[in-house]
Amino acid sequence: MTTAPLTREEVLHILDQVKDPEIPVISVVELGVVRDVAIGPDRVKITITPTYSGCPAIQMMQDDMRAALVARGVEQVEFEVVYAPAWTSDWIPADARERMRGSGIAPPGSVREGRAAEPLAVLTRRPAAPVACPYCGSDETEVRSPFGSTACKALHFCNACRQPFEEFKAT
Amino acid sequence: MSAAGASPAVAGTRDVPVANPLFEYLLRVADDRLVLGHRLSEWCGHGPILEEDIALANIALDHVGQAAALLELAGRVEGAGRDADALAYLRDERDFRNALLVEQPNGDFGMTMTRQFLFDAYSVLYLGELAGCGHAELAALAAKAVKEDTYHLRHSGEWMLRLGDGTEESHARAQAALDVLWRFTSELFEFDDVDEGVGVHGIHVDRKALRPRWMEVVGDIAKRATLSLPSDDQPMATGGRRGRHTEHLGHMLSDMQIVARSHPGASW
Repeated sequence: MTTAPLTREEVLHILDQVKDPEIPVISVVELGVVRDVAIGPDRVKITITPTYSGCPAIQMMQDDMRAALVARGVEQVEFEVVYAPAWTSDWIPADARERMRGSGIAPPGSVREGRAAEPLAVLTRRPAAPVACPYCGSDETEVRSPFGSTACKALHFCNACRQPFEEFKAT
Repeated sequence: MSAAGASPAVAGTRDVPVANPLFEYLLRVADDRLVLGHRLSEWCGHGPILEEDIALANIALDHVGQAAALLELAGRVEGAGRDADALAYLRDERDFRNALLVEQPNGDFGMTMTRQFLFDAYSVLYLGELAGCGHAELAALAAKAVKEDTYHLRHSGEWMLRLGDGTEESHARAQAALDVLWRFTSELFEFDDVDEGVGVHGIHVDRKALRPRWMEVVGDIAKRATLSLPSDDQPMATGGRRGRHTEHLGHMLSDMQIVARSHPGASW
């Protein structure tokens, strides 16, 4: 490599252009998958954490990140997978949430406010408040399926504008 | 590792002392998830309605993903060069350490959901404790998995209420499933020399102490679902943690492992 190595900020900026393959309006940095970046003389090490344990998109994200950095002259890209702290949708910034909404996906609510300390409480807790429709903003919505097209989404239906929509699950 | 491929760290079918309790312990946690995840994946394309087909596949994906990370850790702890794929696809039935409950066949939707509910209620209690253990990597995996399993529990719990307190037919099927599966539940709370052996790694989950809390939750849902809990005064099944399985696991593994064993090292 003849040019000067990229700075940490430059690498993060490049990674911020790599989109989530399943939600292409937000980047892998905004999603919270990229936890840290370390720069060596001819290599970049990226620390990542998976969203869901079985999310199949994590491999594609790594391929896309590697390709983006190789295109900028980085010779070697390494990944380290960490599990602590566990990924949470609370890490997604406000502007990314608005872009999600703009593309028809209701952004996740706050986990910190919504979660009960006792996991077993899910069996007795009242159903969560309806998720606002990303198209018309109505609260006249209902859950159609708590599991959706990807591990991170649930399926809802808006009774006001009569459209199905997805919600990015708060976790 | 011997030429035959059997690891000396695995106790096999005899109740001999376990050479590497941490490896054994990790296999138990991982195999519960791998086997249940594979079972659920058998529903793919066969769900009673589209939403449930998607739900079962999603839950399967979570469990298999959890297993992959746990088996990868187990492989490193064993130190014999086996990765997650080798442990998942190249072990024989007797080397699996899952509880008998999760290998039971899917049966009808009521059977699958009852199995899921009994496991989920155990799993969130167990993983909740494990997330606080002194083994940093295992604690992190447990902290992640408990979030996923809590989401599953809400789903399976709601189905228990819907099936039990539903039609005469759904009630009868849910009750039948509970009656059949009950004898596989006490094994989840057994505490043995492997549980004791991992104490040196900072892992001190008292499985026996989880049972009263589990009973409370399962009893509450059963009551609301108008289902009656079977008696504990019946022969309870055990042996999975030592590799003694019901006849169903071998058949399941032949299906799960055939491609990897027929085409060693293949990638696509």
